[in-house]
Amino acid sequence: MNMTKKQLLTGVSILSVVLLSACHHDDDEEEEPIITTVDYSFEVTVTNLTHSQPLSPITVVSHGEISLWQTGSSASAGVELLAESGDNSEILASSELISGSSGSGIILPGMSETLIFDTSSESVPYLSVATMLVNTNDAFTGMTTINISDLAIGDNITMLAVAYDAGTEGNSEVAETIPGPAGGGEGFNATRDDVNFVALHPGVVGMDDGLSTSALTAEHKFDNPVIKLSITRL
Amino acid sequence: MKLKTLVAALSMTISPIAVQAQDITVTIENLTQGITFTPLLVAAHSESDHLFETGTAATAELQMMAEGGAIQGLVTAMNAVSATLIENPASGILMPSASTSASMDTGSNSYLSLVAMLLPTNDGFVGLDGWEIPSTAGTYTIMLNAYDAGTEANNEIINGGGDPGVLGIPVAPAGDGGTNATGVTSSESNTMVHIHRGNLGDDDLTAGISDLDNSVHRWLNPVAKLTVVVN
Repeated sequence: MNMTKKQLLTGVSILSVVLLSACHHDDDEEEEPIITTVDYSFEVTVTNLTHSQPLSPITVVSHGEISLWQTGSSASAGVELLAESGDNSEILASSELISGSSGSGIILPGMSETLIFDTSSESVPYLSVATMLVNTNDAFTGMTTINISDLAIGDNITMLAVAYDAGTEGNSEVAETIPGPAGGGEGFNATRDDVNFVALHPGVVGMDDGLSTSALTAEHKFDNPVIKLSITRL
Repeated sequence: MKLKTLVAALSMTISPIAVQAQDITVTIENLTQGITFTPLLVAAHSESDHLFETGTAATAELQMMAEGGAIQGLVTAMNAVSATLIENPASGILMPSASTSASMDTGSNSYLSLVAMLLPTNDGFVGLDGWEIPSTAGTYTIMLNAYDAGTEANNEIINGGGDPGVLGIPVAPAGDGGTNATGVTSSESNTMVHIHRGNLGDDDLTAGISDLDNSVHRWLNPVAKLTVVVN
């Protein structure tokens, strides 16, 4: 006989607890489940630490305790698309995400981009950030399954991230396979012609360093770390 | 009393905090795309013992491992100082993308070290030198770099040469090496253990200066991820 409604309230950065029951005096009163949703807001800054590798528009997503990629495992289709072409649309369309945002544009070497990322969820979300190094075959960087549960408002975590090789495209470095300005070639190719597991990127070789068919030069080389990632809870 | 004995006696009376034996599980992951690890040696030992130290010349036992992947010399040396060991947890080589795990009781040893030769290199190895094992239970992650033992010129010629003092790379385990290279260099100017400058390789599998492939046999640090679970 309890006619109950659930009403969900969300307050900015305030824990909201709503419990509704129509018949307080009823002996058989059913307790409503407590629905709590927390709003999170983060300032995310990515700094491009490389010499000459522009970064594709950054991808910032929130999710449960999953990882967007794992070294040693095959890259998902979304990560392959990002790593080969800089296109983060398939990652952002994933049903496993709580929220997702894309940066506004290319981050040039030495430059930074800051975006505000908002997400709401019942349980504490994990974050992931990813971007492609565009003068490569399938190099990407970022961090996945970032645990922000200990971040109080105003707290910051800053991480240095390494370059990964998606393992989906052979590192031929020929112009036709490099989407960035150094090659002007194609990005995504559905054929996986490399080891098909994610690994730490072995680095650009380049024509100056013995790969005679490469469109890349010594300018495009990088070492780790390749980005600085700063996350501040607002 | 001889000085050494006096010092030892004093050390025993001014005893440090008692070390508790710890049950740890280690997992080593090969993070590279194209470099193979030879049989690993993981050792828990005292603060003053080492499998290797950067900036110090390699011991003969380290040289055996770095040039040919043979860990028996290091095993003997570590047993002599009452280290606890995990020998060859992967039962052979650890290929790119692979991981291996094993557990051990550290006894009274509270520092952790690890080595394995990197193939194909002349005398490169992945290593950890004296990481203090936490007493707090939990999961700890350490990234490991590639070192050069400083005992062999990095000529990058694959010729089966794995014995200490024999110049050459024993093998490219994935069968992706070349032949007939003239050699990148014939001397090693840095005879101390140092961070490996990387393989050079070339893009000619039947000639050129290197038998290594510059599109396959290169890496950027770190080359391995070590996860230690303190139980």
